[in-house]
Amino acid sequence: MAKETKKLNLNFGPQHPAAHGVLRLILQLDGEVVEKADPHIGLLHRGTEKLIENKTYIQAVPYFDRLDYVAPMNQEHAFALAIEKILKINVPIRAQYLRVIFCEIGRILSHILNVTTQAMDVGALTPTLWGFEEREILMGFYEKVSGSRLHANYFRAGGVHQDLPKGLDNEIAEFCERFPKIIDDLETLLTDNRIFKQRNVDIGIVTKQDALDYSFSGVMLRGSGVPWDLRKSQPYDCYDQLKFKIPIGKNGDCYDRYLCRIEEMRESVSIINQCLANLPNGPIKTNDGKITPPPKKEIKQSMEALIHHFKLFTEGYRVDKDEIYAAVEAPKGEFGVYLISDGSSKPYKCKIRAPGFSHLQAMDYLIKGHMLADVPAVLGSMDIVFGEVDR
Amino acid sequence: MELDSLEKIINSELTSKIISSKIKHNQILITIDDNNLIEVLLFLKTNSITKFRQLIEVTAVDYPEKDQRFRMVYLLLSHESNSRIVIDYYIKENKIVPSITSIYPSANWMEREVFDMYGIEFKNHPDLRRILTDYNFKGHPLRKDFPLTGHNEVRYSEEEKKVIYEPVKLEQNYRNFDYESPWEGTKYIKEQTKE
Repeated sequence: MAKETKKLNLNFGPQHPAAHGVLRLILQLDGEVVEKADPHIGLLHRGTEKLIENKTYIQAVPYFDRLDYVAPMNQEHAFALAIEKILKINVPIRAQYLRVIFCEIGRILSHILNVTTQAMDVGALTPTLWGFEEREILMGFYEKVSGSRLHANYFRAGGVHQDLPKGLDNEIAEFCERFPKIIDDLETLLTDNRIFKQRNVDIGIVTKQDALDYSFSGVMLRGSGVPWDLRKSQPYDCYDQLKFKIPIGKNGDCYDRYLCRIEEMRESVSIINQCLANLPNGPIKTNDGKITPPPKKEIKQSMEALIHHFKLFTEGYRVDKDEIYAAVEAPKGEFGVYLISDGSSKPYKCKIRAPGFSHLQAMDYLIKGHMLADVPAVLGSMDIVFGEVDR
Repeated sequence: MELDSLEKIINSELTSKIISSKIKHNQILITIDDNNLIEVLLFLKTNSITKFRQLIEVTAVDYPEKDQRFRMVYLLLSHESNSRIVIDYYIKENKIVPSITSIYPSANWMEREVFDMYGIEFKNHPDLRRILTDYNFKGHPLRKDFPLTGHNEVRYSEEEKKVIYEPVKLEQNYRNFDYESPWEGTKYIKEQTKE
């Protein structure tokens, strides 16, 4: 006798510890099997793009820290690159190295958070405790260079805000010496762990074709075996002078994505080491007075310098009428800024392309046919941060 | 492959459908007619030379003073030729645009966002709902005539014991200072010299 079954609609979130922020997922369940997932996003929508249209280019930078708030400087980088390309600014070589160092620190920050919370989502608590200790140190570097642990506001069009304080390069080098051991420790907890593998291997498989169709980028794309990294294929700043490998996965499941992130952290350490070893001396921002404010010492003595400074921070600099799409390889994937300038000191339009937006869109495709318990595992391996998804 | 030879191939294959094309900042920019959108994208995606298989972004730009108010922009990326292309066209307000979800599945949410932010509707879209704004939100925030402060604000009402919506009440008017350099022509000087 056929028994009548009923579909269950389950509301997951918006306040759920495994939702990595404010995600509301409406799941249609047949028993424990997910048949349909409908993500409702926008609960953290702050209207960043509208706000940027009403701010000068200098004032717009801090908004980028608040997008993907676990790796703030990588976002600023895309915006700085967009302005530099329009204004044809040459960035001094030291500034390029400094930016790359801090972008890679951002990558490690983001990957530590993701790998360890992914582990926590499937039941392992220790990696989180170990990993966050290291994040704390890295955020200390952010604080030393920019004055702020999270919302750095450090990159400028034409360079960076200020030079490294004395001794910071040695501290970073020391960290890089120590950190690979920490990655090894994390791996002993997870890589061969039976429970971790049972929860991640063959879960959320993405094929190559689907990864392309769903506009995946970053680890989501590389985990499926597509060797594509903007740092290599469309190098910006000094990435073309550095040696690093692009780890790619084979099966495109959650476990491969975890492995890719672990390897990327090792590569980032090697990139930081190379940058520190070859860190050139020289200016840290362009000396074009139209964009860069005069040095503090001048402002104290020269009236013209004071006026110059005042004008730059009230009116701001002007950007010629143009449009550009500039993208960087952020920890989560291709982060891009589509900037339209109209010749004034405010952007006419600034569209932000966040990688997490297209990743989350594929939630329905990824989770269909999996169990309810796999939802946090898949979400965790997608590396979603709502700051950038909702903008 | 070189970008200019790629541009030539695209131009020769799609001659009648392209209004203008150029290369700027290492990207190909082509302007098309909105009726040809599907054919152009289908060609760019499937052709063995171009292979623009990834859709990076769909967005719109608002020019309220123009007769054709909105400009739709599509950004594509080709891994094979390592190149980017920008496709755009202008449309009038209230014009319904064809959806490209059948070609690029990832366009789904991007078009929903354009609908939400600009109020442009898409034909044959599987699920055209608002995406980023609140449930029951009115208006389209990224239109230039939408005020920065919005129309409604939300607060918890102690009397009613629930979250309530109220019209925005500003303690002082929203001020927009004119900082433009007088040496390069502020608005008030420009207006004076005009008279």
